[in-house]
Amino acid sequence: MNDFVDAFRFMGDNVHLLAQKTVEHLALSGAAVGVSLAIALPLGVWLGHVHRGSFIAVNVANVGRALPSLAVISIGLAVLGIGFLNVMVALVVLAVPPMLTNAYAAVDGVDTEAVEAARGMGMRSPQVLWRVELPLALPLIFAGIRTAAVYVIATATLAAIAGGGGLGDIIVNQASYGLPGVLAGAMVVTALALVAEGILALVQRAVTPRGIRLAQEPTLARQPAAEQI
Amino acid sequence: MTSIAASAPVIPNFGGGGSNSCVRQNKAFCWDWFSSHWSSTFQPALTQHIVLTLIAVGIGLVISLAAALVAHRYRWVETPFTVFSGFLYTIPSLALFQLLVPITGLTTTTAEIALVSYTLLILFRNTITGLSEVPDEVRESARGMGFTPWQILFKVELPLAVPAIIAGLRVATVTVISLATVAAFVIDKGLGAPIFAALQSSFNTEFIAAGVLAIALALVADALLLGVQRIATPWAASRRSA
Repeated sequence: MNDFVDAFRFMGDNVHLLAQKTVEHLALSGAAVGVSLAIALPLGVWLGHVHRGSFIAVNVANVGRALPSLAVISIGLAVLGIGFLNVMVALVVLAVPPMLTNAYAAVDGVDTEAVEAARGMGMRSPQVLWRVELPLALPLIFAGIRTAAVYVIATATLAAIAGGGGLGDIIVNQASYGLPGVLAGAMVVTALALVAEGILALVQRAVTPRGIRLAQEPTLARQPAAEQI
Repeated sequence: MTSIAASAPVIPNFGGGGSNSCVRQNKAFCWDWFSSHWSSTFQPALTQHIVLTLIAVGIGLVISLAAALVAHRYRWVETPFTVFSGFLYTIPSLALFQLLVPITGLTTTTAEIALVSYTLLILFRNTITGLSEVPDEVRESARGMGFTPWQILFKVELPLAVPAIIAGLRVATVTVISLATVAAFVIDKGLGAPIFAALQSSFNTEFIAAGVLAIALALVADALLLGVQRIATPWAASRRSA
């Protein structure tokens, strides 16, 4: 237990280092989430809108879920070498599947009656997408973003072995920082992941239209776990 | 348990000497080196990885099933257990392994405790969902036939929850295979061990061999459990056509 006491002492003595690594960690994670969003959302939403490519969307998720993150980074080390590009590619490869699948499933699963009613009111395809499908699909789309973002923050820790920087730099470098430093880094990154999860859960609630929230409340707690990964 | 790093010198001799030219130039993949190190490095690492995974998923399943049965009886248990396992699930794996080191040391126990904690949320939620989705009519006909509450649980509800439980097992197994590579930070076992060994010298062949083996193991396990899932739910075949 003394090690933990020392870890807190390390935190007190190295506030600046930990803050700097946390900022690095968030910048790396944010960039990876941003790139993944730009790839996954338009593709997923479009496939869902035209109700095509379920095979691709579902299988990307299954394969993506099965990819061990360290293995992806390892292969990246051989192909791309150490550095930012490798880390970015690895994080994007891991973040795209949950975003893509949720976006597809969300738009594809919008009540057909609502879509047909919109069409009957004279809305054209883009209007149906923007005014009906997207608002109704938003909570589930956001659930995918939340899963991916928390996953990226956790995996960015591993990225330190490929020169990604961030809090992993401290955790994998016991030679420089000692066990107290490693433990302090581990605690900070844990707190970061938990806070991110909490904040994104609140945002997800905020973007959920009130009507859907009321209708879903009893079942939200029991989403099948498979959707979470 | 001999360490992998000790049994197979993994730092290739870049200066020449005994190693072949492919290894010397650190080309993308040297098949000769891989096949000559299969039995000393990769096959043991693969076996260790599978054993680590089976133990973690096995223990996780026992704990989650027990917790789900309790929560099925006493509803108030569900929320605290979900919050607790969700908390564990959110901790980055590398951090959790390291945080356990001062308590349980650089041991397989440390690795297994961390791996088990990542299975709980998935297995518990799938089991409790499976149990609660059993239609009330089915439960009531069982009661009408004179089943006791225990008989209803073990002869009606649990069998009907099996597909959901297997679906959870599939996700949990793939997750554990992924995280077991990270366990090599604290124990010299599993497919993560050659990856960390390769980091010493940026040895491409070893990076790719261990990475591809880990991915292949995850995909094979996923496919196997998908097969089990389909055998266990023959009635779902028609609904899956899309």
